[in-house]
Amino acid sequence: MTTALQVDREPPGAPPPVRRRRRRLWTDVVRYRWLFFLMLPGIVYFVLFRFWPMYGARIAFKNYIPFLGVDGSEWVGFAHFQEFLTNPDFPRLLTNTMIVAALSLFIAFPLTIVLALLLNELRLQILKRTVQTLVYIPHFLSWTVVVSITALMFSIGDGPLWTFFSWLFDTDANMLASRDWFRPLILMQMVWKDTGWGTIIFLAALAGVDQEQYEAAIIDGAGRWQRVWNITIPSIMPTIVVLLILQTGQILNTGFEQIYLMSNSLNRSVADVFDTYVYFAGIQQGAYSYATAVGLFKAIIGLVLIFGTNWLAKRFNQQGIF
Amino acid sequence: MASTTHRRFNTRAGRAFDVLNIVLLIGVGMLAILPFLYVLAGSFATELEITTRPFFLWPNEFTTVSYESILSSKVIVRAFATTVVVTFVGTLIQLALTALMAYPLAKTDLPGRRTILSLVIFTMVFSAGLIPTFLVVKDLGLLDSYWSLILPMAINPFSLIIIKNFFQQLPNELEESAKIDGANELQVLWNVILPLSKPVLATFALFYAVGIWNDYLSPLLYLSDTSKWTLQMILRQVTAAASLSADELNSEVPPPAQGIKFAVVIVATIPVILAYPFLQKHFAKGMLIGSVKG
Repeated sequence: MTTALQVDREPPGAPPPVRRRRRRLWTDVVRYRWLFFLMLPGIVYFVLFRFWPMYGARIAFKNYIPFLGVDGSEWVGFAHFQEFLTNPDFPRLLTNTMIVAALSLFIAFPLTIVLALLLNELRLQILKRTVQTLVYIPHFLSWTVVVSITALMFSIGDGPLWTFFSWLFDTDANMLASRDWFRPLILMQMVWKDTGWGTIIFLAALAGVDQEQYEAAIIDGAGRWQRVWNITIPSIMPTIVVLLILQTGQILNTGFEQIYLMSNSLNRSVADVFDTYVYFAGIQQGAYSYATAVGLFKAIIGLVLIFGTNWLAKRFNQQGIF
Repeated sequence: MASTTHRRFNTRAGRAFDVLNIVLLIGVGMLAILPFLYVLAGSFATELEITTRPFFLWPNEFTTVSYESILSSKVIVRAFATTVVVTFVGTLIQLALTALMAYPLAKTDLPGRRTILSLVIFTMVFSAGLIPTFLVVKDLGLLDSYWSLILPMAINPFSLIIIKNFFQQLPNELEESAKIDGANELQVLWNVILPLSKPVLATFALFYAVGIWNDYLSPLLYLSDTSKWTLQMILRQVTAAASLSADELNSEVPPPAQGIKFAVVIVATIPVILAYPFLQKHFAKGMLIGSVKG
């Protein structure tokens, strides 16, 4: 299987001598002028909004003062990174971020696989399609809507889920403003919003499985569980690995909107993650350089993780993404 | 095939599992929409019913007072209209930019193609972060402009690559015969490629539209002028507040404290729910086509 991310290689060949190369470059430009012209707006977009910020990120190593400009601002090296890593808030931010990542990786992700397997076992096609249609819906609701619905369902005194959980745990706590309830709520939202949607890619992989494998297994006397374990799961393994690699790279990206919208002054100590910290420090307090350093730290860790897991996956004979 | 299907059902444990699975998945399907249906019912219920009945999917007493309050609120109506326009214009721009870039990249003989694709993929795994992007938007003078909700996210690299892959697997013959007839690349794209790609483009148009409609981070970062706020910002404002006065909403009808929250959630969701059936028809197919080959 070739994944979407792989770029096909150009045919190998020795580079032509310089003069011929220069002439070829010119004939290429003429020959492909329309194609380059069509691509121009897209290139401008990537340069402006994706790569120029990367260049601008050098303010992480400076004391950026907008009035002085990036070049006029004082160079401070790794001072901001040092300040962040020795900040008393750092361990708390790291813990909160890792817990949200762990909820996503170890609970939400396996649940997606389980739901996909259960849907795959469903042989009533009309029911399968109906359930799929229903479970995809929450993915298309905004985080603002999801958080608002949560607020209505957990509204203290009259919300249906507040009523249910306060009866179940015999408590009258305001779950929306509670440190203990923050993570369970985040997990519930995560699972509700994206478990269904996440099954799409697994169901697609399963649709490609050769049905003869199942028939042969039945003739060999394999039970249902054995077929799932020996045929279905191995056939979605490459998909699982690719998604795991991509997810690992996203570990420190907790999804700003969800966390930001769910946090309030009462649960802030467990809610603050790197993403919201960057926002508060940079946008609200104007510490551009410091916040950029935090963001850069996060992005570099993400890059290391994604290449690390990709390397590991290849070590274990799985198809990576690069 | 029929006989093996039959045989798979054959054991008693297998049948018990099937029944259990059906029940479980119906339950999962219900859970996915029940919260939304509750909010829908609540938006038509009286204040008294919302605060006294913990859960209902059909109000005892049907009222539209919450919606009346919303419709007479200048703030909400204006935000709704703005968001519709921004979403419409933004989707057109984003889709056009993506398709225009995807088409040349689908030509395997294009010089520099591999470099450009690698750079695009690099942006998927590494981004400079919130602040540098914010500063670029600021330097370009886009703060408090609706363009800030559209341009910084104009091309989604994933969508770009999937559309590129789709173009790439279209048969070459059609294009070649158009070129023999003297068409240039722009004409080929417009007359041959795009008509063939309608389902895929429709899928990604809807993804882009949902993305802009649902966006909260961009208006939060870039729009400090509250009169320009989009619907998601207003929704947040309404549902996070303990209660609102008619003054705050610029409304003639005094808003019911809880009811209006229910109704605003519905108003902010309706366009997405209406688009969903069209989206749903295509997305599974559209997503798959592109991911077959890189």
